[in-house]
Amino acid sequence: MTLVGQSIEEFRGTVRAWLEANVPTSTDGLAPGELLDVAKRFQAGLYDAGLAGITWPAEFGGQGHTAAEQQALDEQAARFDLPTSPFRIGMGMCGPTLLDLGTPEQKARHIRPLLRGEEIWCQLFSEPGAGSDVASLQARASRDGDAWVVNGQKVWTSGAQWSDFGALLARTDPDVPKHRGLTMFIVDMHSPGVTVRPLRDMTGRAPFNEVYFDDVRLPADAVIGEVDAGWQAAVTMLGHERVSIGGSVRQRTDPLGFAGLVELARDKGCASDPVVRGELAQLYAAERALSLFNTRLQQEAAAGSPPGARGSVAKLAGAMVLWRAVQTAGQVAGPETVAWETDDARAGELATAINATPASSIAGGTNQVQRNIIGERILGLPKEPGSDRDIPFRELKVGTQRRS
Amino acid sequence: MQLVLDQQQQELRTAVRKFLADHSPPERVRAVMDGSDVTDGYDRELWRRLATELGLVGLVVPEQHGGSGAGHVERCVVAEELGRVLTPVPFLASAVLAVDTLLALDDVAAQAELLPQLASGDLVGAVAVAEPGGSWYTAATGTTASMRDGTWVLDGCKTHVVSGDVAEFVLVHARTPEGTGWFLASGDAPGLRRTPLRTLDPTRQLSRLDFAATPVRPLAGDAAAVLAAVTDRAVVALAAEQVGGMERVLEMTTEYAKVRVQFGRTIGSYQAVKHGCADMYSAVEQACSALRYAAWTADHDTAQLPLAAALAQVVVSPAYFQATADTVVLHGGIGYTWEHDAHLYYKRAKTSELLFGSGEQQRQRLADRLGI
Ligand SMILES: Cc1cc2nc3c(=O)[nH]c(=O)nc-3n(C[C@H](O)[C@H](O)[C@H](O)COP(=O)(O)OP(=O)(O)OC[C@H]3O[C@@H](n4cnc5c(N)ncnc54)[C@H](O)[C@@H]3O)c2cc1C
Repeated sequence: MTLVGQSIEEFRGTVRAWLEANVPTSTDGLAPGELLDVAKRFQAGLYDAGLAGITWPAEFGGQGHTAAEQQALDEQAARFDLPTSPFRIGMGMCGPTLLDLGTPEQKARHIRPLLRGEEIWCQLFSEPGAGSDVASLQARASRDGDAWVVNGQKVWTSGAQWSDFGALLARTDPDVPKHRGLTMFIVDMHSPGVTVRPLRDMTGRAPFNEVYFDDVRLPADAVIGEVDAGWQAAVTMLGHERVSIGGSVRQRTDPLGFAGLVELARDKGCASDPVVRGELAQLYAAERALSLFNTRLQQEAAAGSPPGARGSVAKLAGAMVLWRAVQTAGQVAGPETVAWETDDARAGELATAINATPASSIAGGTNQVQRNIIGERILGLPKEPGSDRDIPFRELKVGTQRRS
Repeated sequence: MQLVLDQQQQELRTAVRKFLADHSPPERVRAVMDGSDVTDGYDRELWRRLATELGLVGLVVPEQHGGSGAGHVERCVVAEELGRVLTPVPFLASAVLAVDTLLALDDVAAQAELLPQLASGDLVGAVAVAEPGGSWYTAATGTTASMRDGTWVLDGCKTHVVSGDVAEFVLVHARTPEGTGWFLASGDAPGLRRTPLRTLDPTRQLSRLDFAATPVRPLAGDAAAVLAAVTDRAVVALAAEQVGGMERVLEMTTEYAKVRVQFGRTIGSYQAVKHGCADMYSAVEQACSALRYAAWTADHDTAQLPLAAALAQVVVSPAYFQATADTVVLHGGIGYTWEHDAHLYYKRAKTSELLFGSGEQQRQRLADRLGI
């Protein structure tokens, strides 16, 4: 199918028609494996219809359209619940980083299958000792001739259990200050020596993992960007991450979204209660201000001025909106927020969403870290004293123990 | 007004803390929670020992009924300790709600029969007030009691009944042709169906009770006054549990902030974390003060109790949830895991915050008592 020559209006119509015909009606009750199959089928269809990778370059399999088409697609997509969560990290973070820094060969190899949902990606940054301070990570990649050998442990890796590739940040030179001795690699998650162990989160689900690397061999062309320039690559990816998280469209059926809570209030008969109305209006205002900010960022990006560290504003605001929504939910549902009948699936989903709320204040950089970024990188305020930026990595203290 | 624990009360606290440290460690709490250890949702063996060895279940039960005749301040000390470690025992249902309801009623026979068995831990009692779509505070009485063939029977539905699934008897607030009243139903009465609800908090059980011509015994007393008295006292005991939990999460967070290193420094050295801990500490201090005041009025100035209880709840409930949310975030990824205990407090705090009614209902109660 070709979309060339379509007006935005026509494009919007094409998108709507395709989504109406192809979005699975419900994925409730599917096992994670089945969900993955549904997601992959959907994404392949989306790609084949010319609707995945809207602004990505056509030479590597994207559509080569402008931000206007992207916005039109986002608007239409917001009316549905797309089963695309397994691709969030690939589409939002790893793919854009490859486009920025990858070699033509890497792009030619990886972008198309990533966009078509054939290959899933994860982000292998955090370690037990290195989260906010990801540059202090300890996983080692040592040279072996032309190739590299990786040893170490990653943690909190979302989606690693079904990933085909990961963007790995590892230490390639421990004798220089921590930011200078890192390299980013493409790692095939099916390689010998990669072990993935799911971790249970506080909702009781296991969306993230520990990943162990035991003498995992990587070819020379696995490096993303330059050797020992992994920090720049990481900053690039983290920037995409914040924009992607902060700008993510709220699912229509999100139990903590404004729309869902209004519906809940109506069903519970409290939508005309002045306190509930006030809470809901406040929630709407917070959600809307954030989404307008995101649109503004997109328009600026389209005009050639990328968001840079301002993505942190969206990321932080998104987390804060959710906390407000938790409070609103308690006002709307009262005691039924915390105990409900077995057959009340909606109440169960609301509870899970409440239990998942802290994640958005941690994953992708904590709220505290976002505030530091806003203060330091945008506003130019000085860093807190006592920085370890100039000390060789070997001499640093990380995690909860002093390194030997 | 006495807002500081005396020597004896402090000793009580030390003894209970030691006992719970020995007998209710986190592994035990989790075993009960997962159902891997016991099947009925609470730690029966521990409950028996709390009742018999320590005499904690009948703390406010008069000595003539087998209790220790102590006060609400003492009971709050115990609730605080149980809240610190999330011990899965039916203290709130049995030692607070059921005991207080019986004490507030004028039913001498029921008191003589049931209080000693509650105090000894032989029976667990529960109290049923809230109904579907409402809350404890709105206390709708769609549940009705009527005389049929010379006996009283109950029809209707109660929900969010704390420990309602394990209680040997339930005290039910219901409507009669002459107004509201209290009724005693046996846990295994015919026509009573008990269904555990799904709960956010895996350490606190709540149930729905359906009554269909369930035979019950009417209890003597001024029903509305009893409900008001029980609610105020329960809110205070719950606040104690909440304050205990807050103290524990504050400890956890500050301990972690002192050992976790990022960017070459302990995270507690960053203002964002330090101020987070300091805010949590300030909140704990204020919550504890509001609690101590409410507990003191329950023992010494019951005219002030309604105001003090409402005040305690408005101060403590949102503060506890905020403290637990901050606890998870200040621990980073590890705090978000099932393995870490932070989530147990988060879920208990959210549940306690909404157990009797929404935040707005709590504020309205306080406003009522302030005469505004
Ligand atoms: C649901 C979820 C999914 C995730 N998915 C991934 C993934 O796919 N890939 C990946 O690599 N990682 C992932 N993460 C990890 C995430 O990026 C880290 O958890 C996060 O960056 C925090 O690091 P940490 O857990 O080590 O906490 P720490 O860095 O130890 O932070 C603990 C506390 O200290 C505070 N703190 C630390 N440094 C400072 C400072 N300088 N100033 C002020 N406060 C500070 C933090 O704000 C936090 O409150 C995920 C995490 C979660 C919860």
